[in-house]
Amino acid sequence: MSDGMLLVLLLSLPFAGSVFAGFLPTHARNAAVALAGGIAVATTALTVLLYKATVNGGYARTNFAWIPSLGLDFTIRIDGIAWLFCLLICGIGALIVLYARYYMSAEDPVPRFFSFLLAFMGSMLGIVLSGNLIQLVFFWELTILFSFLLIGYWHHNAPARDGARMALTVTGAGGLCLFAGMLLLGRIVGSYELDRVLAAGDAIRQSPLYLPALILILIGAFTKSAQFPFHFWLPQAMAAPTPVSAFLHSTTMVKAGVFLLARLWPVMAGTDAWFYLMVPVGLTTLVLGAFFAIFQQDMKGLLAYSTISNLGLTTLLLGLGSPLAAVAATFHILNHAIFKASLFMAAGIIDHETGTRDLRRLSGLIRYMPITGSLAMISAAAMAGVPLLNGFVSKEMFFAEAVATHTGSLLDDSLPYFATLAGIFSVAYSIRFIAGSFFGPPPTDLPRTPHEPPQWMRRPVEILAVTCLVIGVVPGPTVGWLLADAARAVVGHELPYYSLAVWHGFNTPLVMSFIALIGGVLLYLALRRHLASGVEGAPLMHDVDSRRVFENVMLTLSWKWARSLQLIIETRRLQPQMRLLLLAAFLAGLVPLVELGIAGAGPVPVTPADPIFLTIWIIGLACALGAAHQAKFHRLAALVLMGGAGLVTCVTFLWFSAPDLALTQLLVEIVTTVLILLGLRWLPKRIEPLDPPPPPPAAVFRRYRDLALSIAVGTGLSLFAYAVMTRPLPDTVSRFFVERAYVEGGGTNIVNVILVDFRGFDTLGEITVLCIVALTLFAMLRRFRPASESVDAPEQQQIQNAYDEATPDRTIGDTVAGYLFIPRLVTQWLFPVIAVLAVYIFMRGHDLPGGGFAAGIAMSIAFVLQYMGSGVRRTEQAIRVLPLVWMGLGLLIAAGTGAAALVLGYPFLTTHSRYASLPVIGEMPLASALIFDLGVFALVVGATLLMLIALGHLSLRGARKSEEA
Amino acid sequence: MEFLLAIGIGVFAGSGVWLLLRPRTYQVIIGLSLVSYAVNLFIFGMGRLRSGAAPILEKGEVGDPARFADPMPQALVLTAIVIGFAMTALFLVVILAARGRTGSDHVDGLGE
Repeated sequence: MSDGMLLVLLLSLPFAGSVFAGFLPTHARNAAVALAGGIAVATTALTVLLYKATVNGGYARTNFAWIPSLGLDFTIRIDGIAWLFCLLICGIGALIVLYARYYMSAEDPVPRFFSFLLAFMGSMLGIVLSGNLIQLVFFWELTILFSFLLIGYWHHNAPARDGARMALTVTGAGGLCLFAGMLLLGRIVGSYELDRVLAAGDAIRQSPLYLPALILILIGAFTKSAQFPFHFWLPQAMAAPTPVSAFLHSTTMVKAGVFLLARLWPVMAGTDAWFYLMVPVGLTTLVLGAFFAIFQQDMKGLLAYSTISNLGLTTLLLGLGSPLAAVAATFHILNHAIFKASLFMAAGIIDHETGTRDLRRLSGLIRYMPITGSLAMISAAAMAGVPLLNGFVSKEMFFAEAVATHTGSLLDDSLPYFATLAGIFSVAYSIRFIAGSFFGPPPTDLPRTPHEPPQWMRRPVEILAVTCLVIGVVPGPTVGWLLADAARAVVGHELPYYSLAVWHGFNTPLVMSFIALIGGVLLYLALRRHLASGVEGAPLMHDVDSRRVFENVMLTLSWKWARSLQLIIETRRLQPQMRLLLLAAFLAGLVPLVELGIAGAGPVPVTPADPIFLTIWIIGLACALGAAHQAKFHRLAALVLMGGAGLVTCVTFLWFSAPDLALTQLLVEIVTTVLILLGLRWLPKRIEPLDPPPPPPAAVFRRYRDLALSIAVGTGLSLFAYAVMTRPLPDTVSRFFVERAYVEGGGTNIVNVILVDFRGFDTLGEITVLCIVALTLFAMLRRFRPASESVDAPEQQQIQNAYDEATPDRTIGDTVAGYLFIPRLVTQWLFPVIAVLAVYIFMRGHDLPGGGFAAGIAMSIAFVLQYMGSGVRRTEQAIRVLPLVWMGLGLLIAAGTGAAALVLGYPFLTTHSRYASLPVIGEMPLASALIFDLGVFALVVGATLLMLIALGHLSLRGARKSEEA
Repeated sequence: MEFLLAIGIGVFAGSGVWLLLRPRTYQVIIGLSLVSYAVNLFIFGMGRLRSGAAPILEKGEVGDPARFADPMPQALVLTAIVIGFAMTALFLVVILAARGRTGSDHVDGLGE
């Protein structure tokens, strides 16, 4: 297999596995573990296969066109440093999966966990394998999103949610800064391709944009790598399941920041700005992180601050700018990943087997879990920098670099002292971690009786601890090659001289190591009483709490300011909003009308008004004005008048050559009227007082203001319409439709062909909207509670029932039952007639006015007439109406027609058309668009019926209520 | 004709806007319908007014745009009519639900 193929597989396997795991059943724990573990092992193997491409500063890459219009390629690229990270991510990932198998409870939705974990792993691989800056930012954002999901995995507890949100906010904001920085960097270089960027070091460092780009990129890296003052999110993120913490702290997420710094080290490091931005931040983080770690009572909290401190160390080393420091940083990344993963796992085991991670409650566990204890001691000793363990070797290199002179400034000169201080702290917290949990008197009052974990849960810890030991004893032969290749990718082909030996002779770094070890022990002994006192958090440092600052900022931004802004600009009342909206629309229309001077008649001669048309429109205007006037007190009259205006609209469509519109408008008008009639019953009575009191002046003012706005909007629209209609029609896209409707769409009714063929996708969207509206309406009405005064039966029915009661030979309900007897018969007879009409409208639709919409509404009218004539109960005894089935079928048919084209190898919704000669009916178009139209028809029938029936059923419920009462 | 239709559109829209600004939900729903008519007619008018030129082809014909009324605004308005219907239905149910819940038919759910 070529390297390119391997790279593609390496990057795509975790994502594919993530999708697959997401579809596993909720409790398929072992299947999910097998999947995730298999993928982690496979990606590790792929990484190993890619090794030969990365030796001696070489690299492998493959690319695809990504956004060609922007000249962006999707480049997967692996070199030494990326290879080291891949190995760590995949290898430790595999161990984490194994560990998580035993850590996660069977009650948790484990497949979801592994789905997120794999996606997170894939995103992290994406960062290190990116051969393109934009692509790197893309995967960077992905790691943020997936870490959010992982940290918040136990979303039922508040700390997990808060921790996840904080991580998302901090790293997400940093990610945006990084994006801006990368854009600047790409601008300096003229390309986002990593190869070009890495070759343009001088241009970058000399560019005036260097400093802003550097600052932005560093903010991104610092937030991600939890550098002071952005470190606070990391301890909060420990609310995640422990396998996630182990992964997050060792090789992923926080390591992305230092990876980025190492990645850009060749082109950005070595300047004063780099030194003075990175070193103080790294140093502060190193020392403060270690100091805070000592005083944590939660084992994971202690490890979290220790991670922060170690990341500070790495940042500091990279900031020094010397090649040797960069090598040391690379080495420390490797070592830290190994011991930190095993320590988190050990903490997780303790938590899992005892039920607590609180160092105040834990004690003497070595009696119960001697093996885990020994393994944890090895890893903790590596963390403390004890000789013969891997942490010692890279710390020695760090001490040596701290002693060496870089800039000769005061900061540079003080480094050895701070480095030793941080060393003392790290020894102290490492001792605390071990002594607090494993030594001392036997524990009392633990939630569970401690014992060794299952053998396979401990295995990853064993592997990692042994690795710490092996690297520590024989660093050269075990990781020398690996380090050399990784370092070459950072510092270039010429590696500085360094020696990976445990014994370098009696020199300053060794003295510093011993001071740190002895000082750390003494410090721990001195602090033991204070630590046991149970106080949480570090002394002297309560005010240096950037988490509190963050929370205050968030509170101010998202609550206080938002509230004040809301108080100023918000109104909860609809009318002022409407007024503003309409005013804005009016102004938006007025500006072009005035600016372009297009008010008034254009060059096209107007046709004289036809007297019949004039008469019709006089009626129309009267209807509209009447409806506006009557809608307050005379609802039925307003509804009738509105219908009149609708009819005039309908006639206008017919007059000006739009038979389809006229047909649809007419039918919709009928259904709308029925709908509103059904609703009228549930609105409160509003009776016009005989002599109303004079309205208050404020109301009069409001009315005149609204009247002025109405007149303004109406006049504006008139002017606009007139201006356009008296100007010639330019050549539009209509030509396309007119010319091809028959030739390509196979229908002579152009409007219908546009709807079901050319713009079929729009129509599919539209009927989906219709479907959603019908379902929404149905759902809202299920919970409908009528107002108390509307619950009683309508007045007529009450009168009729009272008559029945008063007349001896009648029983209650007789008169109501006989109500509308003749219309009922008529509607029953009409049902088949209207149904045939609907079918007719449907079949002719492709060639003549008609179509699925109109036919569907006509069909639903046939049903509604039954409901109106016979009442809900009797109708539903006679015919079964299944609106949901109609709707579902319709949507399936319409979408299925489109999909059928896909199956046959054409784009979605491509139509095929021919004419077929049918017996009796004669020649008829049989385009596949007709089947699509059938879907439209069925859906419209279903949706319209669902709405009308849901409204109609309200009266049934009302009646039942009044019977119960 | 153009002048008449332009006036008609304006009056429909004006009446509709007036109702949209009223406080009662029923007024708003009638207003919304009137505004829909006006807007549909307006869009329709953008294709210019022609009588006796319905966009129906002969079989086998490659249509000449000059011979027919513009079909595109018609297709748009056809869609708009159906969506307008859905909107009216939804709004109707919203006002009924609001009425049931708040005991009022004021647009802001306020009492008298």
